[in-house]
Amino acid sequence: MRGLKSCLWPSWFPVSRKVTSEPGDQRFPRVVPAGDSAILIELGSEVDPGISSMVFALTDLIREAGLNSDLEVLPTYRSVLVYYDPLVRSYAEMFDAVNGALQGLAEPTNANSSLKIVEIPVVYGGDDGPDLHFVADHAGMTDDAVIELHSGTDYRVYMLGFSPGFPYLGGLDERIAAPRLKTPRVSVPAGSVGIAELQTGVYPNAGPGGWRIIGRTSVTLFDVNSSTPSLITPATKVRFIPVDEHD
Amino acid sequence: MSMTKTSDGGIHVMRCGFMALVQDQGRFGFQELGVSVSGAADKEALDVGNILVGNPPGSAALEVMLGDFEIEFIESMMFALTGAETDARLDDVSVGRYLSYKAHAGSRLSLSNVRQGLRAYISVQGGVDTPKILGSRSTHIASGIGGFKGRGLQPGDVLMVGKPEPGDEYVSRCWDGDELPADELTVRVVLGPQDDEFSESGIQTFLSSTYVVSDQSNRQGLRLEGSAIESLNGRYDIVSDAVVNGSIQVPGDGKPIILLSDRQTTGGYLKIATVASVDIPRLGQASPGNRITFSAVSVEESQQLFIERQDKLLTSINEPVGDQIFLRVDDTDISVGMAVSGSAEAVVLDGIAYPIIVDEFIPDE
Repeated sequence: MRGLKSCLWPSWFPVSRKVTSEPGDQRFPRVVPAGDSAILIELGSEVDPGISSMVFALTDLIREAGLNSDLEVLPTYRSVLVYYDPLVRSYAEMFDAVNGALQGLAEPTNANSSLKIVEIPVVYGGDDGPDLHFVADHAGMTDDAVIELHSGTDYRVYMLGFSPGFPYLGGLDERIAAPRLKTPRVSVPAGSVGIAELQTGVYPNAGPGGWRIIGRTSVTLFDVNSSTPSLITPATKVRFIPVDEHD
Repeated sequence: MSMTKTSDGGIHVMRCGFMALVQDQGRFGFQELGVSVSGAADKEALDVGNILVGNPPGSAALEVMLGDFEIEFIESMMFALTGAETDARLDDVSVGRYLSYKAHAGSRLSLSNVRQGLRAYISVQGGVDTPKILGSRSTHIASGIGGFKGRGLQPGDVLMVGKPEPGDEYVSRCWDGDELPADELTVRVVLGPQDDEFSESGIQTFLSSTYVVSDQSNRQGLRLEGSAIESLNGRYDIVSDAVVNGSIQVPGDGKPIILLSDRQTTGGYLKIATVASVDIPRLGQASPGNRITFSAVSVEESQQLFIERQDKLLTSINEPVGDQIFLRVDDTDISVGMAVSGSAEAVVLDGIAYPIIVDEFIPDE
């Protein structure tokens, strides 16, 4: 963004991510307008647990500061978006307020230790996971080995998006990465657990899908009639627990 | 005129040719869980419609795309048409836009032949009262959330209507604000958040070209045809970032996509600019083939434009009638006047407009 005010950053902030004058460089962190009703704090441009920890810490700080009354704060892989009402606050006021919140951002100590773990019971293979054999063949290992690797990791929830309750998870073992289907299925059952390249995820709702489905959970992941509709929320980790049959 | 108001009932959908949806201001508060905002594509039309029928802001209305739509009012109620210009009739009598009328129980309102714009809004006093899902009545079709059973309206559907405040004697209102054209748009934008990822010539292309709305457009976004926009290093994909109403994404083919109400909450393409809030409602009326050019404004200018427009919306609401005659009928005083809304006339009895057919109307003086 051209011609923006500079802002102060906490002294611990990684120097390599500070604004540089080199053209074409990634220039993070930075605070920029996303139109006239939202302000965006970009903390990086890559998938990285450290950036993610800062995103969630900053999200909390902004919520606590009450900068935007009842409007939304939206954390993503790389940034925090803060909505505000331009009839109530100007961009300059929001910029100063966001900058103030940034000063309270503490250095992340351990990016992984404090996140709540959401356990998802999964029946792997069979009708619930029609692509388990494919993933195993592709990886050159047994079905059981795929299950062991897939359920043996706690996956960081970087953000939710794509559809209600759909989590973007990080941390899949690269040995069980697998290509997407060439032709997506017309409908994948709700609760299906899939792999696409280095991503793994679970479909909260039935719908079309191109991921390799290795299992399914019968847990309700998204309930529109609840005030806390999503079982999986940002700033948590997901652990898949292999079970023999659905409850 | 004496009206008896039945205690229940609402709106009966008789015909629905293309797409009609229940929409309010949108579903806020759950974007971090991946829940799309949705909401009226032309929020200005929704807002004005609500004011005209005396509803609080955010009440739900019917968003009717391309006309070919008919409803029956099960009970008598105030209604107003805003947004796209259609051939609208209440029981075969023309009704105009931007004027609130009273419809009798059993009367039928039909919309056909869109003349300008794309989406017409039918607002009713009390608001369309489908269940609130996650705080909103807006329909998001892709996720099947909200509105009437999470889907577009179909013939036979019966929609409840909220009850106005008891003793609320609401009279007709009209709006004489200037409507914004939709077919030849100059859209003001605030550059960024990722405009620095485009080359100088890419920015030039974006701000100097004329783009055409493609037929691949919908409530999720407008896909534009026209000159490809060059990024700085040939890269257009980014690690997913939040998007807002009016975000202009540029995918690998270099052709911009303007995200609208039904957008997903995040996106993985560079965003060159964001449409000024004042101009977003017009995009909700843009049809395939409409031409769009972009002009850059500062974020401060963009906010000022929005503030001025909101003020103007509210100060353009008037009573619909100037010259009135006062009569005494059966010991009751009534006032009678005429109002004109577009090509349609209305008679105004005690402040309430009813559509009528007038062969020849010559004012007194």
